[in-house]
Amino acid sequence: MSEIIAIKPDSKTFLGFWIYLMTDCVLFASLFATYAVLHNNTFGGPSSNELFDLPFVLAETLILLTSSFTCGLGVLAARMNNKKQVLAWFGLTFLLGLAFLSLELSEFASFIYEGNSFTRSGFLSAFFTLVGTHGLHITIGLLWMFVLMARIARRGLNAISLKRLVLLSLFWHFLDIIWIFIFSIVYLMGVI
Amino acid sequence: MGTYRSYVTGFIASLILTLSAFYVVWQHISNHHQAFSNSFLIVVIIGLALIQLFVQLTFFLHLGRDRKSRWNLIIFLFMVMVVVMVVGGSLWIMRNLDYHMKPHDAETYIIKDEGLSSH
Repeated sequence: MSEIIAIKPDSKTFLGFWIYLMTDCVLFASLFATYAVLHNNTFGGPSSNELFDLPFVLAETLILLTSSFTCGLGVLAARMNNKKQVLAWFGLTFLLGLAFLSLELSEFASFIYEGNSFTRSGFLSAFFTLVGTHGLHITIGLLWMFVLMARIARRGLNAISLKRLVLLSLFWHFLDIIWIFIFSIVYLMGVI
Repeated sequence: MGTYRSYVTGFIASLILTLSAFYVVWQHISNHHQAFSNSFLIVVIIGLALIQLFVQLTFFLHLGRDRKSRWNLIIFLFMVMVVVMVVGGSLWIMRNLDYHMKPHDAETYIIKDEGLSSH
């Protein structure tokens, strides 16, 4: 249990995954640019100022930030070869991620229910595309996490699953960083 | 490679940065959007977001800590360059187009901005 797994950082895998993350950053950057350009094109619909509920979004942000932290602790537990703790920390990360996703979907649902879906204006199209793409990444991350946890629960920790855990944690921290910018640029700058 | 200490530091710093950005904007809204000027708020929000980017890259992603991740750092900097060109370029061009294509008041404000007389 206390035996530390010596991982050879398989640098090609990490470098490849890192390059993927950086290209994903470029994808998000183009969506941010689109949003910034279309932000004022409300076509008579609601503006960001009228639409956003800041305390609700702060709650989402804190949940995702905490999940990024517990994900890091999960990787530490994996390095200490402690399977129980890995499952506990990543289980918690999964639940927090799920909570974040349901808050985001309920926000989308309430906008659409009030007649402000992505077809309403250029601003809302850009908003739904940007925030929805992030939500899609979160969904994929949760799916990945679920499959990996099921595998570790059945077969235990080894060098391969540790490598996958580290890649997953990179992905999850990356999504948190993207969300920081969505929180700042879309929500905070949207209501001032 | 992360330590317990680096994750805790990163988490606490990120919490403080997120909450302070929220607090400043919340003060502004509570005072009927009169508390601060818009340009001040934008600088504060972007500044805090960039600091948090740096904090999370250092303490969560451990970028640039050891020599082995030098390539990661170079690829990261290349990405930053692409992002600056895409975002900065789009905003610059679209702003300029917007300036020249406002149908109703284009004439008046271009005349004013460029210091031309209207006759």
